[in-house]
Amino acid sequence: MIKKILNNFQVGVLAVSSFITSIVVLLIIIFLFKEGSGVFSKSLLEDGYVLVVNSRNTVNSIAPKDIKNIFDQKIISWKELGGADSAIQLFSIDDISEYYSEEQIGSDLEYMDTCINNYIVNHPSVLAYFPKKNIAKKFNGKEIKVGTMGLYEFVKGREWLPTARPVVQMGILPLILGTLMVSLGAILLALPFGLVTAIYMAEIAHPVWRRIMKPVIELLAGIPSVVFGFFGLIVIVPMVQKVCHIDVGETALAGSIVLGIMALPTIISIAEDAIRNVPNNMREASLALGATQWQTIRSVVIPYAKSGIWAGIILGVGRAVGETMAVLMVTGNASNMPTTFLQPVRTIPATIAAELGETSAGGLHYSALFALGCVLFLMTMVLNVYVQVALKKKSK
Amino acid sequence: MAQIETKDLNFYYGQAQALRNINIAMEKNSVTAFIGPSGCGKSTLLRLFNRMNDLIDGSRIEGSVMIDGADIYARNVNVEDLRKKVGMVFQKPNPFPKSIFENVAYGLRVNGISSRSEIEGIVEASLQSAALWSEVKDKLNKSALQLSGGQQQRLCIARALAVAPSILLMDEPASALDPISTSKIEELIFELKKQYTIVIVTHSMQQAARVSDRTAFFYMGVMVEFDDTTTIFTNPKEERTLNYVTGRFG
Amino acid sequence: MADTKRIKQSIYFWIFRAMSMMVVFILVAILYFIVSRGIGVINWDFLTKSPEEGMVKGGIFPAIVGTLVLIAGSLIFAFPVGVFSAIYLNEYMKKGKVKSFLQLMTNNLAGVPSVVFGLFGMALFVNKLKFGDSIIAGSLTLGLLVLPVIIRTTEEALKAVDDNYRLASYAMGASKLYTIKKVILPIALPDIITGLILSIGRVSGETAPILFTVAAYFLPKLPHSIFDQVMALPYHLYVLATSGTNIEKARPVAFGTALVLVMIVLFTNIIANVVRAYYNKKYKK
Repeated sequence: MIKKILNNFQVGVLAVSSFITSIVVLLIIIFLFKEGSGVFSKSLLEDGYVLVVNSRNTVNSIAPKDIKNIFDQKIISWKELGGADSAIQLFSIDDISEYYSEEQIGSDLEYMDTCINNYIVNHPSVLAYFPKKNIAKKFNGKEIKVGTMGLYEFVKGREWLPTARPVVQMGILPLILGTLMVSLGAILLALPFGLVTAIYMAEIAHPVWRRIMKPVIELLAGIPSVVFGFFGLIVIVPMVQKVCHIDVGETALAGSIVLGIMALPTIISIAEDAIRNVPNNMREASLALGATQWQTIRSVVIPYAKSGIWAGIILGVGRAVGETMAVLMVTGNASNMPTTFLQPVRTIPATIAAELGETSAGGLHYSALFALGCVLFLMTMVLNVYVQVALKKKSK
Repeated sequence: MAQIETKDLNFYYGQAQALRNINIAMEKNSVTAFIGPSGCGKSTLLRLFNRMNDLIDGSRIEGSVMIDGADIYARNVNVEDLRKKVGMVFQKPNPFPKSIFENVAYGLRVNGISSRSEIEGIVEASLQSAALWSEVKDKLNKSALQLSGGQQQRLCIARALAVAPSILLMDEPASALDPISTSKIEELIFELKKQYTIVIVTHSMQQAARVSDRTAFFYMGVMVEFDDTTTIFTNPKEERTLNYVTGRFG
Repeated sequence: MADTKRIKQSIYFWIFRAMSMMVVFILVAILYFIVSRGIGVINWDFLTKSPEEGMVKGGIFPAIVGTLVLIAGSLIFAFPVGVFSAIYLNEYMKKGKVKSFLQLMTNNLAGVPSVVFGLFGMALFVNKLKFGDSIIAGSLTLGLLVLPVIIRTTEEALKAVDDNYRLASYAMGASKLYTIKKVILPIALPDIITGLILSIGRVSGETAPILFTVAAYFLPKLPHSIFDQVMALPYHLYVLATSGTNIEKARPVAFGTALVLVMIVLFTNIIANVVRAYYNKKYKK
């Protein structure tokens, strides 16, 4: 009896364990999306700041992009925002000393809130931007509602300035493009070399050579990405700078080269497996018809192994898209819209790794990085599921 | 003159000797059957005739194999040309995962024939010769893998015939097939004999008796006896042959 | 005709040979670069002393200890769970939708980028469960990361066990669990251990997952509890290479650190291969 209970308990532990990966995937999705969705509900103003106006101003809310335009002096009249026909008068903490003396503000800034309140009451067309703590308790103006960001702006926005003032700019298009550019560049570099090496190892090389190459490639697959990044920083980056005659070597190209080298072992191993799995009778059939070994490889072996080779390529792309440290170290991380391979770019994983440490948990920036994590997760997940479905189809 | 002839042929896989001192000669347009228990070397010998053994690392050959009077292991021999002349059909049907048409056309394409009409003509003729044409003529573009096992094997024969060999090596061509498909293959061999020299390795003594003119019995790498098929099955000179054909061992 | 075929083949084969040699050359050159520049730095002091003078002098002892702690911490969690999971999947579950779903999820987890593990670890272990930046948060994050690796290698190992052993054991009246424990696991053990050793290499090199869950920029003292932060080799290399106080002067230490990381991977690979070869030999005889 006790033995049976013990037995069932042990099997129960095994059963629970088998579900853990599914639970983790589920948890990852929940946490990423929960934290990430905050980016669409939080104020885009710098943390702790508010926008206030005179109480008679008819404007109640301003869209985030208009705020930026106001501070960039592209919008200068309240009329453009649907208010009175008067010029917008900006007022922020830097301006306060122009209007009030040190005695009026107080040596410990203790009268600051009164000064701000007075100024706003006396100037009907003011737009004031201050920390919330500097706004008086008995405030006579009104707070402007700042709209939140929409998904469309997030994905299509062309500027990533998560710490910009007064409103942050969180467009992830340059990051998405940067990621795709670096990864595609890497695959384009790695693919011909990877496939050729896989074919060479599986079909052409003397078995002794193969026995030497295989462990070297396996070993390289295990080298940490930060070591590749270090190598890239010291060797590839200066090389790119010199060969391309540019001022900074930290470019998309450098990232693609380093990532390409890193993707080689993955592509080679998977493609080689796929090629070796081609039944020998296919090769024999071809050779027995008078085909050369090369004709056999090209017309029989590669077509037969195609789906396995594809899996290797897609997994290589997935690796490249998600790769963090090496890319962070060699691509320069400028968050502008990438146009050529010879300029610095910033990828999604590099952005997360570089910026998460500076954010405060629960803040807008924190949420935005989790939202980036969601984007990255979805990108790699699509590739993964595609590969598995494709392979499954093949095995049937 | 014999079309295939071996002289003092020895063959080794690494240290292990697989064939010992084989001397055999096969006439043009005859069917020769190789019989013997598993591991006796009959398939190994067959594969020496189109140099498929080249693919095996660490294998070594001594003596000579002459086809049409020329040593096929001589230095200047082009293996691809040899294999064009000496076609092979394998134990398990091994069509390529391509269309029926492309399977037969493959050997033509790799040998540099690119004219569409020429290829179409040869494909049809080859499928006719392999007695498959009427069954597949309406689905030439369908995958060869949709055919039944017996049809696949006849497709493989058609594929081998397409490159116009003069010799056809068959390595237990019916062992993976059902009895009806087997008899179709046997009928086909009977037809093909008119144009081709055929060497067939078989496990089935009835098959050897039915299709072949001459039969060679192998045992442990040695060719024990080689004679007219009727002699081998009714009046063998060697006791080992007698024991084997009467089913006392093997 | 045959000659042009031949010539074409030799041209292609030469191209293939040349490109393959280039690949091998690049890969070996990277190894050589790290080894040749790092070997002069490594000595007993380097391995046993704390960083000094803004991390441009001294050793990397705390980072080595930190990485060892993280290896142990993550595998203590991931190894049993991974092996249990694989046993259940391979020995108990029947083919079907549930099993394919669980395998799909395992493969998906394997494909999740490491930086996403970092985000997840930070959200769950550091913030939600309030572990803070700590060994436990980092170990659990790394543990989740290698879990699919362990499950897959164990599954492969179990699949490779001949079904006859199972049948023979059942035929003698042994229970399923008993058969697994006494018959199947011992046979599959070498391959399972090989997988474990290889995952050590993986854990030791991961940077992104520990950035926000455990890694300390500079922390010369050793950890006292699982809620302490630690330095770790890969993060230390990142810091030395990109954001130290004096990057140029820190180069030798960086090379030394890179070499230690490469050595860990090299040794785990060698040991794994030796274990595999040794047991394969024994098993076959």
